[in-house]
Amino acid sequence: MTYTLIILILLALSTIAYRAGSTRALAVAKTAGVARLHSRPAYYGFLVSLWCGVPAFLLLLTWMICEPVVVDDLIVAGLPEKIQSLPENRLNLVVNDIKNLVDSKMVSGEVNEEISKAADHYRKLKATSRELAAVLVLLIATSAIYLVWRLISPTLQARNQVEKIIKGALIACSTFAIFITIGIILSVLFESIRFFKIVPFYEFLFGLEWSPQMAIRADQVGSSGAFGAIPIFAGTLMISLIAMLVAVPLGLMSAIYLSEYANRKFRAVAKPLLEILAGIPTVVYGFFAALTVAPFIRGSLSGFGFDVSSESALAAGLVMGIMIIPFVSSLSDDVINAVPQAMRDGSYALGATRSETIKQVVIPAALPGIVGGVLLAVSRAIGETMIVVMSAGLAANLTANPFQAVTTVTVQIVTLLVGDQEFDSPKTLAAFALGLILFIVTLVLNIIALFVVRKYREQYE
Amino acid sequence: MNSPTEKTIDIVKRGLGKRYRSEKRFRFYGVFAIFLSLLFLALLFTSIISSGYSAFRQTYIQLSVDLPKADFDFNNLDQANYPGLIKNALREKFPQVSSRSDKKALYSLVSSGAAFQLQDLVKGNQSLIGTTVTIWVPADDDVDMFYKGYISRDVPEGNRRLNDKQLSWLDTLEGNGRIEMRFNTTFFSAGDSREPELAGIRGAFTGSMLTLLITLFLSFPIGGAAAVYLQEFAPRNRWIDMVEVNINNLAAVPSIVFGLLGLAVFINFFHVPRSSPLVGGLVLTLMTLPIIIIASRAALQSVPPSIREAALGVGASKMQTVAHHVLPLAMPGMLTGTIIGMARALGETAPLLMIGMVAFIVDIPGGFTDPSTALPVQIYLWADSPERAFVEKTSAAIMVLLAFLIAMNFIAVILRNRFERRW
Repeated sequence: MTYTLIILILLALSTIAYRAGSTRALAVAKTAGVARLHSRPAYYGFLVSLWCGVPAFLLLLTWMICEPVVVDDLIVAGLPEKIQSLPENRLNLVVNDIKNLVDSKMVSGEVNEEISKAADHYRKLKATSRELAAVLVLLIATSAIYLVWRLISPTLQARNQVEKIIKGALIACSTFAIFITIGIILSVLFESIRFFKIVPFYEFLFGLEWSPQMAIRADQVGSSGAFGAIPIFAGTLMISLIAMLVAVPLGLMSAIYLSEYANRKFRAVAKPLLEILAGIPTVVYGFFAALTVAPFIRGSLSGFGFDVSSESALAAGLVMGIMIIPFVSSLSDDVINAVPQAMRDGSYALGATRSETIKQVVIPAALPGIVGGVLLAVSRAIGETMIVVMSAGLAANLTANPFQAVTTVTVQIVTLLVGDQEFDSPKTLAAFALGLILFIVTLVLNIIALFVVRKYREQYE
Repeated sequence: MNSPTEKTIDIVKRGLGKRYRSEKRFRFYGVFAIFLSLLFLALLFTSIISSGYSAFRQTYIQLSVDLPKADFDFNNLDQANYPGLIKNALREKFPQVSSRSDKKALYSLVSSGAAFQLQDLVKGNQSLIGTTVTIWVPADDDVDMFYKGYISRDVPEGNRRLNDKQLSWLDTLEGNGRIEMRFNTTFFSAGDSREPELAGIRGAFTGSMLTLLITLFLSFPIGGAAAVYLQEFAPRNRWIDMVEVNINNLAAVPSIVFGLLGLAVFINFFHVPRSSPLVGGLVLTLMTLPIIIIASRAALQSVPPSIREAALGVGASKMQTVAHHVLPLAMPGMLTGTIIGMARALGETAPLLMIGMVAFIVDIPGGFTDPSTALPVQIYLWADSPERAFVEKTSAAIMVLLAFLIAMNFIAVILRNRFERRW
């Protein structure tokens, strides 16, 4: 019996439960009088239906998550000694073969008797598991219907109970965000700790050389990978700096013009147009950078005798800056609009021109908010991935020359994790360590920025 | 007061010209900044469109292929040598070609997909065997590039992807009316391929849709419920403050970190199938959830308190007030936020790279656990391919992606204008 079928049956049962509950409520009410019923009949129906559906569905969900793990363990336990003692990755291969054999897909090794026996075992286990799940789930569902159905009486507070259940579900949903954060921290932290057991923490943070290659054999040349992340941090900072040099002046001036000078018509046209820039997927920017901007920069600057790499930090930073313009401008727009008009009027009354008012009154008043916005933009730039993956380099150069190719944290994470992975090599684990640093840095920037913006908002409220 | 005759007004007047000039300058900077930003936008669009519009047309070559009965085994039509038949057809057209290298050059004019096209044709209609069929087959990508003007005759032969003989054959074919540009249906109906002329976006598109479906069905109910609780029911305390700060922070976490989470938790821990829309949808759900929660809360907040008070006043419970009055009024706003969140998810690439949706997959995914890729990832893969013809494919795929994003945002705007009430 497949899971889809079980779910369909469960849905049908819940509908039946609803009908049963509401008719029972009406029947009970007939003897005692409808006015005596605590809740409207529909609530009795909901109550039965929820009790029938929710626990059974939760059980099914747990079953679906746990089944593969348990079944895998059982297959391995059923294999002969000889195969069980294989190293873990070989064992995984065997288990995969067994599964593929059952799903009639391609098999990597040859099919011997043991494997086909195990495949039979697997098929049986899976079928048993499904049947067991179906029986248990349906048993719970039907017995819940019966039990709650019997409880229905005019004094049963069905509405309150239904509302309690729904409220519980709402609370569960709202804690989801916490679980995501915990999930991120745990997943990144565990792998990072494994990494720092192999490569010392200070060597990672302060090392000057990055070449994440580990030898397969012990005697191979260049077997000692270097995991000094300084060149990567420097590259990330340089590209982010270039991006901010583009985005902050353009974004800020756009925001000032739109909120202080532009008439309604111009604003209605220009603002959505600027926001299109924020809606374009980053992979498109990456392609634009690699296809148009980088060759253009290279062509025009090499005319002046500069030696520009085709994956220069300048191109990546410039395009990233363009992407961030609307981010800076919409945040600055918000804070500039929040400056009370009375402050501007006061300045005009003293005879200041518009630009003087903006430069000497509005901007200083809005400065904390703008700084907060810029910090958020920096965190955006540091975490941006696709633009740099497609247009920045892979080699970790420690250089301050923006015409050279540099690499960033996100580029390294992608290159280390795309392709073949082995979860015990420092090469793969290094990606998680970089991810941890990335998460911490952006988190700190965000917290500071949110704090600054919030503080600033309170000032004028 | 430097001298008794000079008054304050004189000092002010003296500086006035300079101040007005600086005013003008400042104003100009503002216009210039907007102009420059919009210029970049225009540049981006023109660069994509100008390099991508040609991908919607494809060069086809007409061939007359003999299908002798002797070559076919009726019990197993797959066994026949279809590439050989195509080659025969080409040789018949140019009998003077004799040397090995020339033959190879001749065969390379036609896409390797021609043989499969022939195979499908024969399998669909067995009565064709024993006759000569005239079919239009896709030209090789180099030929296609030549007719689209990316390969010039003026370039010395050694630097050209097509040699002089190939060009002369093409001229003969063209003279006979055997070369034609047509609308490129392959681009919309095929999966990925190493051959640019056979590559299409259908596989990636299906993968994207399946992924989005999972994202929508998970993130909208969960996000909506979380927003309702936080906005309508939650007590003001430390714990709720923490949840709120958490959601705001999650909205700003780099998307690649969600990819790391997906890799470590969903794939390595829960053994969700790698590269599948299922795991992609789960990761994108985590990413869009904060966006939807924030937008939904704003929508709920804009419902005036008088509505709630009226409902409570006639005896509705808190839950009934929310379910019957607040939620229906806030729904357009919540849906708008969801569509915007979905648009973000559709364009997201980085986390999908982490969970293996970057693999080369030819088949069109049929279910949530099949290996698949997504539209933006396909763009990334094609952008990495060295063939010249993939540049236009990439741009064309970007155009399709942007068209969808624009459509989604347009729907969101319409929804907002149509249903949002100002109180």
